[in-house]
Amino acid sequence: MSGGVDSAVAAARMLDAGHEVVGVHLALSRSAKTLREGARGCCTIEDAGDARRVADRLGIPFYVWDMAGAFQRDVIDDFVAEYEAGRTPNPCLRCNEKIKFAALLDKALALGFDAVATGHYAQVVEGTAGRELHRAVDEGKDQSYVLGVLDADQLARSFFPLGDTTKPQIREEAAARGFAVAKKPDSHDICFIADGNTRGWLTERLGERPGEIVDEVSGEVVGAHQGSYGFTVGQRRGLGLERSSLDGSPRFVTGVDARDNRVFIGTSDLLGVRHVVGQSARWCGPAPSGEVRVGAQLRAHGEEIPATARVEACDGGEGQGGESRLVVDLDEPVRGVAPGQSVVLYDGTRVVGSATIATTAR
Amino acid sequence: MSTYLDHAATTPMRAAALEAVCEQMHLVGNPSSLHGAGRRARRVVEESREQVAEALGARPSEVIFTSGGTESDNIAVLGSYEARRAADPSRTRIVVSGVEHHAVLDPAMHLAQTQGAPISFVEPGECGTVRPQDVAAVIEEDPDSVALVAVMWANNEVGTIQDVPAIAQVCAEHGIPLHTDAVQACGHLPVDFAASGAETLALSGHKLGGPVGVGAMLARRDAVLAPTSHGGGQERSIRSGTLNAPGIAGLAAALTESVADRDAEARRVAALRDRLLAGTQELGLGVRISGCWEPGDVTTRLPGNAHITIPGCEGDSLLYLLDAAGIECSTGSACQAGVPQPSHVVLAMGRTEEEARGSLRLSLGWTSTEADVDAALAALPDAIDRARRASGAA
Repeated sequence: MSGGVDSAVAAARMLDAGHEVVGVHLALSRSAKTLREGARGCCTIEDAGDARRVADRLGIPFYVWDMAGAFQRDVIDDFVAEYEAGRTPNPCLRCNEKIKFAALLDKALALGFDAVATGHYAQVVEGTAGRELHRAVDEGKDQSYVLGVLDADQLARSFFPLGDTTKPQIREEAAARGFAVAKKPDSHDICFIADGNTRGWLTERLGERPGEIVDEVSGEVVGAHQGSYGFTVGQRRGLGLERSSLDGSPRFVTGVDARDNRVFIGTSDLLGVRHVVGQSARWCGPAPSGEVRVGAQLRAHGEEIPATARVEACDGGEGQGGESRLVVDLDEPVRGVAPGQSVVLYDGTRVVGSATIATTAR
Repeated sequence: MSTYLDHAATTPMRAAALEAVCEQMHLVGNPSSLHGAGRRARRVVEESREQVAEALGARPSEVIFTSGGTESDNIAVLGSYEARRAADPSRTRIVVSGVEHHAVLDPAMHLAQTQGAPISFVEPGECGTVRPQDVAAVIEEDPDSVALVAVMWANNEVGTIQDVPAIAQVCAEHGIPLHTDAVQACGHLPVDFAASGAETLALSGHKLGGPVGVGAMLARRDAVLAPTSHGGGQERSIRSGTLNAPGIAGLAAALTESVADRDAEARRVAALRDRLLAGTQELGLGVRISGCWEPGDVTTRLPGNAHITIPGCEGDSLLYLLDAAGIECSTGSACQAGVPQPSHVVLAMGRTEEEARGSLRLSLGWTSTEADVDAALAALPDAIDRARRASGAA
């Protein structure tokens, strides 16, 4: 229970459904100062208090579990390392994979609980071959993308009681239930970066690393940057270029080479990606065999693109020993696909699985 | 039906206290008013003051009513520091034991941060005992710099009882005032303020069967204390604010009643504690008793305190599991932002952080029975087993 409206209603609905419910708030920072200042809809002392108020109202026990160590290691350190390596991580997805449906779930199971319920907008459907993860009915709020990392075992222990309802209805329900958090604003951005300035936050940790901005087509050096980790493929703002392009058309980041500390830019026509190779694939059920037609989503709240996907065995070159890779051929080009993000595959509304994007090609 | 084993946090109100509070709450009158209603309320407050003084070996004029133990501790530390430094600017050092409650530690740390007051800690032995000679040694590093010394009468977490008269004697040799937090002691142990030699003493109503929100400090008549709240000049101008006549009447009633059968009750509760501690050892699960324990002991360990550490467990997992099994207890340590921190008291006793995290405090009181003890012992094995698995999982 984050202290927000969604997990509050999720807890109430689980209780209504007849489960024995205990509220758990995750403390993800060891520093009380950060807790107080990180007022972005999660992780503050005030948020823990809001969650406790809801739990008290529901008459359920409430505990704060300290997962700051695991969160630092598996989410924050990973986040920094990924940016440092020129990729664009999704920390919410990593948090679901490593914390909420792993460290928290494992501890809960050991304590005698049967499952974890969260306020995520997604649906669990009992399918013929086991539990399936589906998109939420509220397309605007759907969070199945950040849950695409869950495997069948994790899914079997998960409840998402809000998936059949729209967000405005959840707010109405929270108000009707008398929850003080009914009108609390949604959380946005990354919970551990309090001011939303990711580049500044990364600079504090990685230091300034001056390098060149290079035109991808001409190879000409067109500018300078203070650290390639501050750039993401598809980014347009904050390039700090002195000269505009010859024809005045806007320019975007087309690639980040962390090894040589260079940022490549180009016009929008260079951004279209048709082929994506993913690694560390995770499947919400059996892995697909052969070629399958799917919908591919390449970032949170991104569009779903028709695609053909297949799993290939690695020949030992790029990937880690023996690991397979996921190859996705998109029917139409997609702009701004950044390595490090996840590609989540859908069959209709059903999540098939996901992989971390390793490389892309036009 | 749950089993309440958290009397050190708060204990049920005694019937006499409840009756006294209710009786006064029906009546009007500010004890500072001069008319009949005020005089009636004043009489209640002053008779309560006499009762409190009588129960604790103090003079009525030495009793200052407050909102509770925390306020009393704050007045003692902040007020004593300010007055002593005003009289002699070189007296800025605060000597505290390593096992103090946060109500003493935090005002001291506040003075360290805002006024640069040096804080000297006297670390306890493994039983949590603060040795008078160790207090003397810390004072003697620079006796003229010491503003005050604070050593609690009995520890709220592990139950260790300190030799307050001997420590006060050490302080007196250097003309230094001793404050003692006796929140866990009053009503449960013989407390004789005059004989103790302490300059100031803190107590709380709801720890001894009185109402919450009322407490007192005892301050010797010659104690110099700067006020920490300013206003109407009540309570020797040290603690301004309209006197809480119903609460004060409840505190006095509870204290009088608990002192009346104190020694017999201490032996009864100590026998329950012994049954509980002995029972934890018979479980064969590696439970370790914190501090020193001798069956029947009511002079070095609080009769109602059973503090244990359980290797391989997180205290908050144990709390959840025991709560689910109907056993209400505590880890005994403070929370920061809701995140359990290893207890500074258990750490000061030389235990590791990992051991401290597995702390559990079961505290018995005037309503406790053998059935309570047996219920806790019956619930512990499953809770420990699951908490250990959870600890391995996370």
